[in-house]
Amino acid sequence: MWEAIKGWFDPRELRSVGSRPDYRFSLANERTFLAWLRTGLALIAGGLAAAQFLPRLPLAHLREVIAVALLLLGATVAVRAVDHWARTERAIRLDEELPASRFPAVLALVVALGALVLVAVVLARALG
Amino acid sequence: MSRDPGLQPERTRLAWRRTLLAVTAILVLELRLAFTGRTVDALLAGLAVVIWSGVLLVGWRRATGVGPRGPERWSIPLTALAAAGLALLGVLHVLRGLR
Repeated sequence: MWEAIKGWFDPRELRSVGSRPDYRFSLANERTFLAWLRTGLALIAGGLAAAQFLPRLPLAHLREVIAVALLLLGATVAVRAVDHWARTERAIRLDEELPASRFPAVLALVVALGALVLVAVVLARALG
Repeated sequence: MSRDPGLQPERTRLAWRRTLLAVTAILVLELRLAFTGRTVDALLAGLAVVIWSGVLLVGWRRATGVGPRGPERWSIPLTALAAAGLALLGVLHVLRGLR
């Protein structure tokens, strides 16, 4: 893992592999990274908003649990965005297949499940 | 160099600006959470401001300098780690609020 983190920061390592690609591919990769980063930032903003704008919920500390879960999910999305960016950049330089990833599907499922749980909480509160 | 029909550098610049805007929104939400009158919360808010200024500096340099040259390697990992750092500061705020 440490090697991967070092790889994000070490310019020589990444620029030494393969050949320099058409700069437009690099820019597209960079924009994809930024779009993922904004996804993470949106989750973080959701967590911060939950922490300060949600009323106290019937379950003890549910509000705080929601906020921390969103914040950690956002941080994970941000960190995995750099990793994916670096691996994609490497693949482009080496003219290999782009890295495949289960992460988008997992993230979508987590967000959907979270939303369903909240729907259940809201309904339970309205009916109970 | 002929004009790039896809305007890739410009799109990348705009993507950076949108991202900086999003980071600024996070900072505002975090500062609002920090107004508790307690010193530790003020310190956490100060740290958030420092991280935000760093992202703005790195991101702005990148946003104004996008061209055929590849990205400066630092701008990308630093921005992502800063976002993760802001998230962890938010977690600390929430946990402190529990007491």
